[in-house]
Amino acid sequence: MPLSGWGRMPVVAGDEIRSEDLRRITEDVPLTRGLGRAYGDAALPAAPDTRVAGSRLADRILAFDRETGTLHAEAGLALSQVCDVFLPRGFFVPVTPGTRDVTLGGMVAADVHGKNHHRDGCFGEHVESITLRVADGRIVPCSRTDEPELFKATIGGMGLTGHILDVRVRLIKVPSPWVVQETVPIGGIDEFVDTLRASSATWPMTAGWIDCLSTHTLGRGILYRGRWAEATEARAGHPRTPRAATVPMMAPRGVLRPATIGLFNKAYYARASRTAGTRVIDPYEFFYPLDRLRQWNLLYGPSGFIQYQCVMPTDENGSVVRRFLQLAIRRRDVFLCVIKDCGAEGLGTLSFPKAGISLALDMPFHDGTQPHVDEMNEFVAAAGGRIYLAKDALTRPQHYRAMDSRIDRFLCIRRSWDPDGRIRSALSVRLFGW
Amino acid sequence: MNVVFLGATKGIGRSLARRMAQRGDRLFLFGRDADDLERTTADLNVRAVSGTTVAYTVCDLEQPDGFPEAFDRAASHLGRIDAVVVTAGLFATQDVLERDRMLTQRLLTVDFVNTILFCEEARTRLLGAGGGTLCVFSSVAGERGRTSVVLYGAAKAGLTRYLEGLDHRYYTRGLRVVCVKPGFVRTGMTAGLPEPPFAADPDDVARQVLRGIDLASPVVYAPPVWILVMALVRALPRYVMRRSQF
Repeated sequence: MPLSGWGRMPVVAGDEIRSEDLRRITEDVPLTRGLGRAYGDAALPAAPDTRVAGSRLADRILAFDRETGTLHAEAGLALSQVCDVFLPRGFFVPVTPGTRDVTLGGMVAADVHGKNHHRDGCFGEHVESITLRVADGRIVPCSRTDEPELFKATIGGMGLTGHILDVRVRLIKVPSPWVVQETVPIGGIDEFVDTLRASSATWPMTAGWIDCLSTHTLGRGILYRGRWAEATEARAGHPRTPRAATVPMMAPRGVLRPATIGLFNKAYYARASRTAGTRVIDPYEFFYPLDRLRQWNLLYGPSGFIQYQCVMPTDENGSVVRRFLQLAIRRRDVFLCVIKDCGAEGLGTLSFPKAGISLALDMPFHDGTQPHVDEMNEFVAAAGGRIYLAKDALTRPQHYRAMDSRIDRFLCIRRSWDPDGRIRSALSVRLFGW
Repeated sequence: MNVVFLGATKGIGRSLARRMAQRGDRLFLFGRDADDLERTTADLNVRAVSGTTVAYTVCDLEQPDGFPEAFDRAASHLGRIDAVVVTAGLFATQDVLERDRMLTQRLLTVDFVNTILFCEEARTRLLGAGGGTLCVFSSVAGERGRTSVVLYGAAKAGLTRYLEGLDHRYYTRGLRVVCVKPGFVRTGMTAGLPEPPFAADPDDVARQVLRGIDLASPVVYAPPVWILVMALVRALPRYVMRRSQF
C-alpha cells in the first residue's frame, strides 16, 4: 500500500496497520500514523515495505471533566469529533490547526499552533499528560511532573519519542459557538506585518492570506482577525457542521497553474475587499475553510505539492519578511500563502514556533522545487528562523541543523529512551540519520 | 429505547452505539474484555445526552453458557429491554482459514452456532416482554458462494437464513428482526485488506443501520448500493464465479 503525507510527495511503499486496539498494534512497529495530514514524510516509514501503526480507529473519549474542561482520550480521536461532541456543550480545543482532520496524537506530535498562537501558544501548552509506548515496549505516563523531559520532547517531537497512546488536554470554555471575524484588506507585505502585530495586542486570533501571484503589489492580501462571540452577539442556534464536497479523483497535471490561481486570487481578494468589516460566522468557516473541499490535495495532480512553512524573528530587521517573500515567489508557483505572527517559544523541546512572523507557502512539486527549498532554507537559517517539520519533505540535514540549536538536546533525550533507534520515520532518518 | 448491545467496542458497533447514546437510548454492553468495555462505556457516557448512563457486563460469544446470566444483569439494569443488537463476530480471510483448522472451527462456531444461541436467548427475552427488535449483523459475504469468503460466507449465509426464518415465524408476535448486510467497511476487521469499490466508513453505515432499526426493516444493506451489487453477483453464472477473485 503506498503511503504518503498530505502533499503526496514523497510516496513510500508501506503497510499501515489499523486497529481499535492501539496498544496491541504499537508493540513492534517503528512509527504511528494518525490521519496523514503532515505534508511531507513525518508519518512515513523510514524504509520501504515497513509496517507502521495507524491510530485513527483508536478514538475513544476516556473521561471529560465539565468543571475543568479536561479531556482524556485515545490518541486517534479526530479533532472533528472533539468539535462535534464538545462545541455544543460550550467547549473547544484551546489551539486548533487549519484542519479538523487531525488526531489528538498528531496534534501533540506536531505541537500544532493556530490563529491564537501569539496569545495562547501551541497545543502542547494545554496538554496535561500523555501516555506513551516507548521504544522498549514499556507504557510510560508522562507529564510536567512525571518524566518531564520525555513529556517535553514528545510535544512537537514528531512521534519520535514513542507511540502516543492517549492524551489529556484542557479544553477551553467558549462564550458561544460563534466567532466574530473582522476582514481587513491589506495593500502590501510591510503593511501586513505591521497590521498583524498591531492586531495581536487586541485580537486573540489573527492570520492572513497573501495573494502571491498578484502582479499588483508584493504581499497584497486579506487579514482575518477574530474572537469568540459573546452570548449577546452570537447568532441564534448552533452552527451546523458544514457539508463538504470531495475532489473525486486525482486531477491531471496542470489543473492548478499560475493563470487559473491568479484569476481565483484576484476574485477572492476583490470579494473579500467588498465584504470587509465585521461579521459573526461559524467556527468551521473561521478555522477550517479548506475542510469544505475534501481531498483538495488531489488538485495538485500526480506529482504532488509541498508546503513550506517557516518562522523568522523580525525584531531587528523589519524587511526580512519582504525579502523572504521576494525570494519565495520568484518562480510564480506559490498558489497559497498564509501569514501569521507567532508568540514566544513554548514547552516542546523541538516545537516549531518562536517569536516572529510565520509564512506557509503551498507550491506544486517539480524538478525545481528542491533547489528552491534549499535557497529558502539558507535564507531562513541566516535570518535566525526555522522550518516546521510537520510540513517538511525536502530540507537537508545541514540546513535544519543550522536553524535549530535544540536538536542535540532532543536527540539526547530520544537516545536515552531509544538507544537502538527503533522508533524512526522517513523524516528522522533524512534529518538526523536515524 | 433500552438496548442490549453485543459488540459495541469496535468497528461499526462502536459507531452505532455512539449514535444511540447521543440520541438518548439507554445502553447495556456485552463483550469479552472488561478493560475494553470499561473504555467504551466511558466513551459512550461522555457522548451520551446527560442523565443516561451506560453499563456493561462481560459476555463472551465463545461462552454460550454465560448468555442467560448476562441477560439477567441487563434486565436488572435496564428494566425493560426494547432491542438487542449483535455486531460481534470473528473474521479471517479464506487463505488464513484454509491453513488453520482450529480457527475455522472457532469462526464457524462463533459466527453461526453461538450467534444463533445468543439470538435464541434474546428472542425468548424479547417475546416474553411482548416483543422488540433483534438487530444482527450478517454480511453480503453470505449472498453467494465466493472464492474469497467460502467459510466466513457460509457461516453468514446460515445466519441470514436463520434470521429470515425468525422474522417469518415471530413477526406477528411482535419480534422485529433486522438483518444487516454491510459491504466493505473501513474498520479494524478489514484493515490491511485491499479496498474494493463502494468501501464505506463505519459511521455512515451506522446511520443507515439505525434508520433500519427505527423502521424495523427486515434487511438492511449498508451502504445501499450493495443491493444492486449483490443482485448482480447473484445473477453471475457459475463459470464466472469460478474464475472470479472476489
